[in-house]
Amino acid sequence: MSALVAPMPSSAIDQDWGKVLRWGLICGGTLIAICLVGMPVELDRRELIERYLSLGYVSVLLIPILIGRIAATQVVLEGFESRKQGLYDLVTGLMVGLLGGGCLSLLMLALDSWNLRDPLVNWSPKLFRFLTYENGMGFGAGAWIVTCGALSLAGAALHVVPAIVRRSTGTVVLSLLALSILEGAVDDLSEGFGLDWLTDLMYAKKGGLTLTSTIVVGAVIAVVSVLTSGRVKAATNRYRDMQGAERQKASMILFAVVAVLCIVLPMFLGKIMNELLANVGLFLLLALGLNIVVGLAGLLDLGYVAFFAVGGYTTAVLTSPNSPFFAPELHFGFALIFVVIFATIVGLLIGAPVIRMRGDYLAIVTLGFGEIIRLLFMSDWLGPYFGGAQGITNVPGVDLGFATVKGTDPRSVFYLVLFFCVIAIYVSWRLQASRLGRAWMAIREDEQVAEAMGINTVSAKLMAFVVGAVLAAFSGAVLAAKVGSVFPTSFMILISIIILVVVIVGGMGNIAGVMVGSFVLIGVLGGPKQPGLLQEFQNFKLLIYGMLLVFMMLKRPEGLVPSARRSRELHQEEFLQDAWLKGDKSDDDADDEDAVNVGDGGGEEE
Amino acid sequence: MSGHDGATALLELRQVNTHYGAVHILKDVDLAIYPGELVCLLGGNASGKSTTLKTLLGMVTPTSGEVVLDGEVVNDKPTRYRVINGVTMVPENRRLFKRLSVRENLELGAYLRNDKDGITEDLEKIYDLFPRVKERLTQKAGTLSGGEQQMVAIGRALMSRPRVLLMDEPSMGLAPALVQQNFELIRQIHADGMSVFMVEQNANMALSIADRGWVLQTGRVVLDDTAEALLANPELRASYLGEG
Repeated sequence: MSALVAPMPSSAIDQDWGKVLRWGLICGGTLIAICLVGMPVELDRRELIERYLSLGYVSVLLIPILIGRIAATQVVLEGFESRKQGLYDLVTGLMVGLLGGGCLSLLMLALDSWNLRDPLVNWSPKLFRFLTYENGMGFGAGAWIVTCGALSLAGAALHVVPAIVRRSTGTVVLSLLALSILEGAVDDLSEGFGLDWLTDLMYAKKGGLTLTSTIVVGAVIAVVSVLTSGRVKAATNRYRDMQGAERQKASMILFAVVAVLCIVLPMFLGKIMNELLANVGLFLLLALGLNIVVGLAGLLDLGYVAFFAVGGYTTAVLTSPNSPFFAPELHFGFALIFVVIFATIVGLLIGAPVIRMRGDYLAIVTLGFGEIIRLLFMSDWLGPYFGGAQGITNVPGVDLGFATVKGTDPRSVFYLVLFFCVIAIYVSWRLQASRLGRAWMAIREDEQVAEAMGINTVSAKLMAFVVGAVLAAFSGAVLAAKVGSVFPTSFMILISIIILVVVIVGGMGNIAGVMVGSFVLIGVLGGPKQPGLLQEFQNFKLLIYGMLLVFMMLKRPEGLVPSARRSRELHQEEFLQDAWLKGDKSDDDADDEDAVNVGDGGGEEE
Repeated sequence: MSGHDGATALLELRQVNTHYGAVHILKDVDLAIYPGELVCLLGGNASGKSTTLKTLLGMVTPTSGEVVLDGEVVNDKPTRYRVINGVTMVPENRRLFKRLSVRENLELGAYLRNDKDGITEDLEKIYDLFPRVKERLTQKAGTLSGGEQQMVAIGRALMSRPRVLLMDEPSMGLAPALVQQNFELIRQIHADGMSVFMVEQNANMALSIADRGWVLQTGRVVLDDTAEALLANPELRASYLGEG
């Protein structure tokens, strides 16, 4: 044993028990919370591996693995001697898992003894049956304690095993999970490429991978991942270290590949996937606009949906024969000109009064304006013009001469959205490097000093509002043509919030980040009304959004995309600072403080 | 004013009064900065020092009186007009754009300039003046040390090619050794021909490098003299230099 244990601070038994206890309780608390939210029971119906594993169990089983891994992570500081990971961490993981499993058994005991169904709707015999595998209390408790301990141990073991094992295990597990969870999407894809026989072979009739295919696919992926191990990382590193012309060339190739994929792939996709991509595009367009307002200019606009609504209603009024008051039935292209004009006017109208406010005040006032616009469209007062709660229906598709873009053909909608997204990406990219972009960033950092540098802050901020408004209005226009109708309820405040989450999670002020954010959140989880790839999580979408937002603000305020190296520098600096401030070098305490501090920083930035 | 007969002041306040709402901040303030001078405005907390600076730069508009730039009344001209015409401020506590790179900070100083060649030339000048800054061009400004930040702040101000540099409390928030270094820097920039108007609480330090000075008390100029005379002034010594 002693050969395994690193010489540094402690033997395997001499644990930091406070830390173990804390993470154990976090693990237990998370498990109980997940159960009481109702996720496992509801997701139990969805089988991942035929008869052996359901999505419900996965949602519970993943937690000890993750927390075991986190608990066994040590903060590595450059310039400090760090302990070699070994048995010590395994024991940490095991103990954390056992504690978590213990908490879960307590829940089972409570489920068995009392009925708290009144406040907690998911406190049900169903949950009890789920947790005990229908085998009675004693079996359930024992099984969960052992399973959690083992899984958490496995999570911790990920630190100890050689990198190649860790990477290929991770790849295998994640790809199997993805293959089984995203069965619908895979089916859809394989049909397009004429590979249905392969998926028929892989998946059971009632859904879920068959046990044999799980083993075969797992083995194949393992072999592939061992063979290609390190190549991907080497390639990204090479790309990152490139300079000047070489980098530009690589970027161009990358860009071309993405462009070709965007154009070619939808041709092979079915309706559902194209619909999903179209939704991602609509929200990406919105997010790119909000990214300019929030990410670049630092104006926290919570009423962004107002501009989306203006775009939608302008298009509907101008193109639909059913527009109640004024129905010129213009072509979409002409309507677009008016969309730009009205978006600009509304952007200026909302922007002008709020532009002198800062931070929180701006957020609250724009929140109000967002609701005002929606209520105006719904009101009886403007009912004769905009149809009130009945909205405007029968908005025609976009007639391009050679094809018509309409909701029943999601592929065409995707191409239309893609067109607008490309414009938006180009505009954002050019603006970011422009004089105006510089001015926005200066205002975001320190408005008063920006003014002292001679920047006309009022007009720069208004410009940000207007550019954001026009991009959102484009998205609204496409939505109207896609859905064929607009209602006040299509423009709820929730949309503003979700777009903001997309921007924050992706990385504020970062175009690539916003793209990744839209794909991950809207594509995988789904938009406010639009289903994503994980349709099963539909009911828990907002919960997951919220958790993601909190997690990102605490642990990674710079967003998903910025390079890992940069973020490590950032966090290391904070860590050292906190350690110094507290005059105390206890690892986990400083770690905790670290989290709090990053959170504060995030708040300030807004 | 004596000693400047005939010369036009670069920047001047004439009988300026300012109000924040109902609060009367500056009361009949008169001061003038002549080309090539290093002058300082002394005063305690809430004496109106920062308001004076903001009035000079156009971020606060006087309720009465005149702000004169090169003999032209600029009361209703915006800040950017004054920046174009050679007035620049180094703000209190440096206040860099923290998440932007050092280079971006410097370039923002030249925001209103369009002469690309001139900007490149001035960047080179600043690298000569502060070799340390050149090493850190791509670093985020917020990650620099206090001394380096001060260099970038001054560099950023110089990038607008000012004729008069307004410095708000250059000694604020710096370690004593850096304060010394900072004043040495200001003296050097002045020696190269720049007019400097400095607002300070650290009267001793400021007067040791200044030509002239004013003392502001609750919005009123109570003393206006050469630096030597002010240093010798018993009243000032009693209230600011801690001797009594």
